[in-house]
Amino acid sequence: MNVTMLIERLQPQSEQEACEIVKQAKLDRWSLAIEGGGTRAGLGRPVQADAVLSTRRLTGITLYEPAELVISARAGTPLAEVEAALAAKGQMLPFEPADYRALYGSQGEPTIGAVAACNLSGPRRIQTGAARDALIGVRLVNGQAQAIKSGGRVMKNVTGLDLVKLTCGAHGTLGLFTEVTFKLLPRPHAQTTLILDGLDDAHAIAAMGSALSSPFEVSGAAHLPTGHDGTGAQTLLRLERDAESLAYRAQKLVERLAPFGAVRRVEGAESAALWRDIAQVKPLAKAHGPAIWKLSLPAHKATACMKAICENLGARYFYDWGGGLVWLAVMPGEDAGALRIRAAVAEAHGHATLMRAPDEIRAKLDVFAPLGAALMKVTSGIKQSFDPDGIFNPGRMYAGV
Amino acid sequence: MSIPFPLPDGSILARRDEILAGLAPLLPSEALITTEDERRAFETDAFTAYRRVPLAVALPTTTEEVSAVLRYCHEQGVKVVARGAGTSLSGGAIPQTDAIVLGLSKLNRILDVNFPNRTARVQAGVTNLSITESVSAEGFFYAPDPSSQLACTIGGNIGMNSGGAHCLKYGVTTNNVLGVRMVQMDGTILDLGGEAMDAPGYDLLGVMVGSEGQLGIITEAVVRILPMAEDARPVLFGFDTSEEAGACVAAIIGAGIIPVAMEFMDKEAIAICEAFAKAGYPLDVGAMLIIEVEGSGVEMDAQLAKIIDIAKQHNVRVVRESKSAMETAAIWKGRKSAFGATGRLADYICMDGTVPTGQLSYVLKRTGEICAAAGHRVANVFHAGDGNMHPLIMFDVNDPKSAASAEHIGLELLKLCVDAGGCLTGEHGVGIEKRDLMRYQFTEDDLRQQMRVRAVFDPQWLLNPAKVFPLDGRE
Repeated sequence: MNVTMLIERLQPQSEQEACEIVKQAKLDRWSLAIEGGGTRAGLGRPVQADAVLSTRRLTGITLYEPAELVISARAGTPLAEVEAALAAKGQMLPFEPADYRALYGSQGEPTIGAVAACNLSGPRRIQTGAARDALIGVRLVNGQAQAIKSGGRVMKNVTGLDLVKLTCGAHGTLGLFTEVTFKLLPRPHAQTTLILDGLDDAHAIAAMGSALSSPFEVSGAAHLPTGHDGTGAQTLLRLERDAESLAYRAQKLVERLAPFGAVRRVEGAESAALWRDIAQVKPLAKAHGPAIWKLSLPAHKATACMKAICENLGARYFYDWGGGLVWLAVMPGEDAGALRIRAAVAEAHGHATLMRAPDEIRAKLDVFAPLGAALMKVTSGIKQSFDPDGIFNPGRMYAGV
Repeated sequence: MSIPFPLPDGSILARRDEILAGLAPLLPSEALITTEDERRAFETDAFTAYRRVPLAVALPTTTEEVSAVLRYCHEQGVKVVARGAGTSLSGGAIPQTDAIVLGLSKLNRILDVNFPNRTARVQAGVTNLSITESVSAEGFFYAPDPSSQLACTIGGNIGMNSGGAHCLKYGVTTNNVLGVRMVQMDGTILDLGGEAMDAPGYDLLGVMVGSEGQLGIITEAVVRILPMAEDARPVLFGFDTSEEAGACVAAIIGAGIIPVAMEFMDKEAIAICEAFAKAGYPLDVGAMLIIEVEGSGVEMDAQLAKIIDIAKQHNVRVVRESKSAMETAAIWKGRKSAFGATGRLADYICMDGTVPTGQLSYVLKRTGEICAAAGHRVANVFHAGDGNMHPLIMFDVNDPKSAASAEHIGLELLKLCVDAGGCLTGEHGVGIEKRDLMRYQFTEDDLRQQMRVRAVFDPQWLLNPAKVFPLDGRE
């Protein structure tokens, strides 16, 4: 088999073709690295596979019912195409899918299937849920070359085990998504960002907590200790509404935040640009040297955790999700600070993912937080139940999974 | 009554005394129920047509006791049926004669409310409503609100992925739970998720929610608590036809408005509820919507004005905007009493399929035709925004033919939901009720994949084994 034929064969145009490819891979004992737009190849442990299985020809929106707040698309459909179709009808994916091209310095177009496979959510996750919450249906090809469906196109569905959640965020290790279905939200007409200047971490987390505990539906809460432009700490709180309601809520929120200092406001496109940068990790992504970690932890423990980490390491970081998410940049060194970071995060009952580092570091470190023996046993069992021969993305998440 | 149960395992029944003797030292003495009279209280849940008296009932008081009981049952090959408050409408908590019931009712403490992180850690037997009650003074609530929220437990809610009237805006249980402590059948205690917004590895919490007691026993949960809206206000609309009401719902969502609730009632439901609750519902309309919005007074005025405008474009006949808290309570009282009021008239079974909202009118029409052809009255009360239908099929419990026919019609209506692009159950769960229809929605490959996942957690099929998956063809 020559290389040209190989590439041709591994770009299925239909679920049926995808099944045939997997069937053949099973027979030939090949492993397959799943690729969408290839923009997040640096995420996860490096995969050593015999061939690439690409979704680039599995494209197209298959169902869009604006009045039902639901969209289905084949896995390889560019995210931009989905978002454009939604924008035309004044709707959006609720969770603000994250685009990591700046982080990885990658080209190409992120795909909707990869958004589901990686469960990647942006700042709005704090208000409207994660990708896994909006994903209501999947079709996938498992390691036995069977086309499987779970969930569907209705937003209330408890029929059978929820394999939608289980496969969302599995980084393609359980199968190849061929089609995904998301529930939607109306796109708000206007937005504003309230900015508090000069707060230390503890006060910033308290201010974000106060805003998120208000009835005003804050849809973004981030704190940049060195500011968006590197001049000084900024705490950002986003409201997205129609214009009248926005004016009212912004005023109420300013009053509520008075104990934390004076509030500036940034509107419309300028506000949107701020949050786009946060979603794309721009405040840390620019420099290509450092390793980048994503810390997920209870917001009330974030400050102490970051203090412990920064005492030991020269690090830059910022908070999103009201403090429940920390993006952290450290010099790669021997282990990208893994030991110290993981110890501090475990103390805070959170977990840390190494989002960006050179291949050789990601090959020898746990990219995703190591699991205890009991959880690892279940994890291996799940992998086995979908992909007994270890065809898909071997080792992407954990060695042997 | 046509739903089969597996044949009881004779060797377990024969060893009952020995098994009880083995369980006794694992629990406080009052936590093991063995007498027939007391066991009978656990023979069914809210799907009362089917009953089985269990071998024994264990009511452990700690996670460690749950673990000890499960480890023992695992060694002995004894089946275990988990039970919260026993409010399942699909038979999820109905025992088997060769199984013990493991009730979580004594695990009923709220362990920790963390306002800065906006989470609460609670034991599995805490009721849904008590979570909200414990945080409401601080302006928070727990969002999913199934009709049984006064009685039902959070453990049961997680087992069934329960919904409620406010899912359109706030999501269902799986969107509001961040972690569980669970015990596997072999006694292993696992923490899935926790107080952070996500967890490493596969989303095992996601598959645990809605697994109907088949993967493990939940003993604790971490749930999100949300800030309450400033205020809420409903408007009531009357339409000549269900089609107009359905089109109005679609137009509201299409206009970019997400009300916190959109409840639909048909003519039969309106009459039943009005007779019971005297809510002032219009009796001369064919369909009614209750639409609730949230926000400040001015925000609600603006949103309701837009909604009323849309309703007028869909030939709304009656518009009643609530002007006071009393009026709001009256509007909701009728809706919330729908099941109870129907129960005063006749016995009924409540189905739970979901359909794409664009199919609502068609499915309602077919529902009426199917029920009329079989001679059953039917009332429709449901969550219109998410297409989760609840036809109440009335029958005479003293007439076995009527009961059997209602059960048959119910299954026909569920097939109708699947045919329309929806699913068998939106929030009540599969239980035993819809178990044998699973092949109508899923292929054999789909089901086998689910069963393989199930077997990872419980390879011997000891946990609630008669539920969800058709009894034949299991792996």
